[in-house]
Amino acid sequence: MTATPPAKPIKKRKIKLDEHLLAYRGVWVFIENERGHVHPVSWELMGQGRQLAEQLQVELCAVVMGAPGAELDALCESAFHYGADRCYRVASPVLRLYRNEPFTQALTGLVNAHKPEILLLGATALGRDLAGSVATTLKTGLTADCTELAIDPEDRCLLSTRPTFGGSLLCTIVTLNYRPQMATVRHRVMPMPEPQPERRGLIVDFDPGLVEDNVVTRLLEFLPDSQDNTPHLPYAEIVVSGGKGLGKAENFRLVWALADVLGAEVGATRAAIHAGWISADRQVGQTGKTVRPALYIAAGISGAIQHRVGMEASDCIIAINSDPNAPIFDFAHYGIVGDCVQVLPALTRAFARHLGKPVKEIA
Amino acid sequence: MSEKFDVIVVGAGPAGNAAAYTLARAGLSVLQIERGEYPGSKNVQGAILYADALERLIPDFRESAPLERHIVEQRMWVLDEESYIGGHYRSAEFARPPHNRYTIVRARFDKWFSDQVQKAGALLLCETTVKALLRDAQGKVIGVEVERDEGRIYADAVVLADGANSLVATRAGLREDIRAEHAALAVKEVIFLPREAIDARFNLTGQEGAVIEMVGGITHRMLGTGFLYTNKDSISIGIGCMLSDLKRQRLSPVELLEGMKAHPAIAPLIAGGEPREYAAHLIPEGGYDALPQLYGDGWMLVGDSAGFVNAMHREGSNLAMTTGQLAAETLIELFRDKQPATAANLARYRSRLDASFVMKDLKKYRRLPGTLERHRQFLADYPALLNQAAHTMIRVDGVDKRRKEKEILDAFRERRSLLGLLGDAFRLWRATR
Amino acid sequence: MHIVVCIKQVPDSAHIRVHPVTNTIMRQGVPAIINPYDLFAIEAALRLKDRLGGHVTVMSMGPTQAEPALRKAISLGCDDAILVTDRVFAGADTLATSYVLASAIRTLGQERPVDLVFTGKQTIDGDTAQVGPGIARRLDMQLLTYVSRIVEVDPAKRSIVVERRAEGGVQVLQTALPALVTMLEGSNEVRFASTPDMFRAVRATVRHWDRNDAGIEDIKQVGLKGSPTIVSRVFGPTPRAEKARQVPFDPADPDSTAASLLEQLLADVPKVRKELEQRRSPS
Ligand SMILES: Cc1cc2nc3c(=O)[nH]c(=O)nc-3n(C[C@H](O)[C@H](O)[C@H](O)COP(=O)(O)OP(=O)(O)OC[C@H]3O[C@@H](n4cnc5c(N)ncnc54)[C@H](O)[C@@H]3O)c2cc1C
Ligand SMILES: Cc1cc2nc3c(=O)[nH]c(=O)nc-3n(C[C@H](O)[C@H](O)[C@H](O)COP(=O)(O)OP(=O)(O)OC[C@H]3O[C@@H](n4cnc5c(N)ncnc54)[C@H](O)[C@@H]3O)c2cc1C
Ligand SMILES: Nc1ncnc2c1ncn2[C@@H]1O[C@H](COP(=O)(O)O)[C@@H](O)[C@H]1O
Repeated sequence: MTATPPAKPIKKRKIKLDEHLLAYRGVWVFIENERGHVHPVSWELMGQGRQLAEQLQVELCAVVMGAPGAELDALCESAFHYGADRCYRVASPVLRLYRNEPFTQALTGLVNAHKPEILLLGATALGRDLAGSVATTLKTGLTADCTELAIDPEDRCLLSTRPTFGGSLLCTIVTLNYRPQMATVRHRVMPMPEPQPERRGLIVDFDPGLVEDNVVTRLLEFLPDSQDNTPHLPYAEIVVSGGKGLGKAENFRLVWALADVLGAEVGATRAAIHAGWISADRQVGQTGKTVRPALYIAAGISGAIQHRVGMEASDCIIAINSDPNAPIFDFAHYGIVGDCVQVLPALTRAFARHLGKPVKEIA
Repeated sequence: MSEKFDVIVVGAGPAGNAAAYTLARAGLSVLQIERGEYPGSKNVQGAILYADALERLIPDFRESAPLERHIVEQRMWVLDEESYIGGHYRSAEFARPPHNRYTIVRARFDKWFSDQVQKAGALLLCETTVKALLRDAQGKVIGVEVERDEGRIYADAVVLADGANSLVATRAGLREDIRAEHAALAVKEVIFLPREAIDARFNLTGQEGAVIEMVGGITHRMLGTGFLYTNKDSISIGIGCMLSDLKRQRLSPVELLEGMKAHPAIAPLIAGGEPREYAAHLIPEGGYDALPQLYGDGWMLVGDSAGFVNAMHREGSNLAMTTGQLAAETLIELFRDKQPATAANLARYRSRLDASFVMKDLKKYRRLPGTLERHRQFLADYPALLNQAAHTMIRVDGVDKRRKEKEILDAFRERRSLLGLLGDAFRLWRATR
Repeated sequence: MHIVVCIKQVPDSAHIRVHPVTNTIMRQGVPAIINPYDLFAIEAALRLKDRLGGHVTVMSMGPTQAEPALRKAISLGCDDAILVTDRVFAGADTLATSYVLASAIRTLGQERPVDLVFTGKQTIDGDTAQVGPGIARRLDMQLLTYVSRIVEVDPAKRSIVVERRAEGGVQVLQTALPALVTMLEGSNEVRFASTPDMFRAVRATVRHWDRNDAGIEDIKQVGLKGSPTIVSRVFGPTPRAEKARQVPFDPADPDSTAASLLEQLLADVPKVRKELEQRRSPS
């Protein structure tokens, strides 16, 4: 979401860093990896981190934590490809799988040893769990779930912007006289940078001094989500979403039918989910998933701000709503004022014909 | 082990709060039951508060009540399709304290009022709906049952202040369902506007507020009125028509409200505002002749649940408070004299009512709804004629004034014969006496 | 078992309005509710109490107006309520909030040792999900966030097993008490109070604790002073410059609307044209 310039700043802040905090330099990004899979938000953050680092004229550093081995080393390589100048490698068998306690200890130790001025993590379950613990241990400020980051050229402060009050407002938050400045950032709000395979950098090892026997929490089991059922909403290039305006559960099949023809993912508003028409993992919005497809079709959706923040980065939004004053028409690109029960099947027919697919009759 | 109280009051609107407040102040054990999440939670809209009735209960209410603006200007508009004619009354006296009437936001006002009730010692259960009355073998009401587990609660008397629909009373057979020709359906919207805009558009400063009452074309020949009030940083706008008329004409109140908001005289007043709260509510407007039995063995009706509304003057909350207070005073007297709340003893409630402005005003207008109902010319023809007359007189177009006068009179005569005009004047006079 | 549940009273964001000029939240008349996620925390604690017995204390840091939220928690079955309230707490960010709540929980532990602390996943106003982890850190408790199910608590062995929502699956974690659990939404259905419970709640005493009662040691760590982050500006989302381009719709002929929309998409939006191109059936 882009931002209008402020009417006036609430108050001019005075930065007076303690002597020992002046040494804090560099932009760090925590690379979140679980079971050999890097969360894409980490690479998105590298892209953003690069810009911040350049503005501050400091290094961009990646933090890679895990069990020692080739996998971890490969991760460091990838971090360089995505823009890191330096990579802190924190290897320990205790860090093989994520647990709050050892990760908090390791990251806190690393920060105290190498003193970054900015530390960024993805606003994921892992990132928010870890960031909250680390910030409290370091007694520094942490801004959650940001959608925009910038540097104040005057005082090198990180300006973290995030939705607040259910998305009705945005606010910009700064961390005054503490370092590092920490933020977690939402998935899919920043563009994914192109990797540069030829890029190299410096690996710095850090020994967290962890002993498994001292860790209280055990991971008994990991129950993976079944792959085929989970929607891949965040990455879908076409999303068809339905809202309360569909009227009843059965009408949701009109959404499925259009999605089927388009090879699209199906999304929904919270209202539709509360009505029990569709499962909760398809919720798009502030408390659901953020999507940024090429095409987003919204059927019977009012366009409440909480929904909007999750989909307005879409390249093209088509809204179908029977109310010409529905707020969704304020930010959609194409609007059809009409009953979605009539419009959806017509769209399905039109797209099917265009794509050379069989037109199934959906009454 | 069930609970027992001196009195249970059902509902925490103005009527229930007035009753519970008075009872608790007199030292009786009072339980108040409200179905909303908190008092006022179902009443999101703004409204007019008449100071007098509240002052009798809480003389210094102005010091703590959440009041929006005090009214300094009252406008009365008779609207046609594109125009209105009307009068504005504004007086410096209205601007001097103590103020006579205020705009309030019910959600906040009801909550404040309820806080006073609880400070006075009444116990309040919210998010709890009364579903039935409990009776003993003789049929005397001895308590209520609420929609929760173990929901029976007992009392020597039950005051029903549960609003226009009073499902509790109807289900218990204490009164009939409200009839469509005795109820207006009002819809109301709160539109947010910066207070500076409101001040400028209505020529107000400080805490001053204005009210516009409207009749005429906006109701499409149905019996009803429209209104607009200024709150601090919002405007309450609404329109109500008799339910029977709405049914007959198959018009939805929403359409009426949208039409009204688009009227060229009204649209600029609300332009740029953000509509937020929307609510529809019944108003019992049957008046004196539609009043049900008001009390019986162990029970009393107060406020809207009894139909205490003066539709002509758009007074409801003050009648609600006053009747709640009178019911409470009746009970206090009975408890003091250690007499049971039998129908015979509760007849004193009726005498108190008869002696008050409530019954006197309702009697004065008892014929009005019927008159307007039977003579639709008051609802559409006169507004149109008046507007046309004003238009004719004010427009400067080379036509001499005498001819204009004649044109106007002809127009009146054409639509209503001379006899009809005289008859109308008489009817209106009789209906409001 | 002594379980503490931290709850916050928040403005119902469905009713929130923003002043169009000053961009400030207009709180007037906005109803206050218990943070919806915290209801799941309350329910989880009460289920444990149903199973294992014990005592549930609800705690909130906030102004005195927050008392109804605590009373409601009592009506659901909590035994005891503490409102941690003091002028100096105003303006707290998550770091300062967790300091106050942690101090109060530690003090409460002297009355009756605390085995478990529950919080909601996050609040709907602050929306940070940081206060829970903060409290855990400060009390040196084991932290279990985004918990969807409490599998087992064994008071004798002082252990707890939970299911935790993680990326791509669910972790089954076992740890030692005392622990802090943040509960995920929808993880359980919230109960409905009985009439006697409602009476108990309206008659209960909600304890008010100021900074001394809460055992605050370092006054510099509370309120605005103890908050490293500050809000430097607040603003509304930018409206898009132009409204949606309307494609006329005739109910009698929806297909021509669809055709005209498709035509415009293909002509005007290259990215969509490319996506559709890739999806064409090879025929
Ligand atoms: C803390 C919080 C977090 C939230 N998070 C989210 C979130 O992540 N995602 C989310 O989606 N919501 C979220 N919400 C809810 C959000 O505020 C809205 O309530 C929700 O998005 C509304 O969904 P809707 O548009 O389907 O329903 P409604 O607002 O009821 O809108 C239905 C629309 O359909 C139109 N319509 C009706 N009939 C027809 C018809 N026949 N044909 C075409 N159109 C029709 C209507 O004109 C209306 O505009 C959150 C709310 C809160 C308080
Ligand atoms: C649009 C509109 C505008 C109005 N404008 C004005 C005005 O400007 N000035 C004015 O004086 N009057 C006005 N009135 C009339 C006024 O609102 C009513 O006369 C007044 O509110 C009546 O008070 P009451 O306490 O009898 O009922 P209510 O205010 O309706 O209160 C009844 C309460 O009982 C509760 N309740 C209902 N059933 C149950 C149950 N079974 N169990 C538990 N609780 C229950 C309800 O939740 C409610 O809180 C207006 C009315 C409307 C609809
Ligand atoms: N002022 C407060 N008082 C009590 N509990 C709180 C308070 N603020 C936050 N919490 C708890 O911490 C959780 C996370 O809050 P937040 O970090 O603000 O998203 C909430 O769900 C509450 O359980």
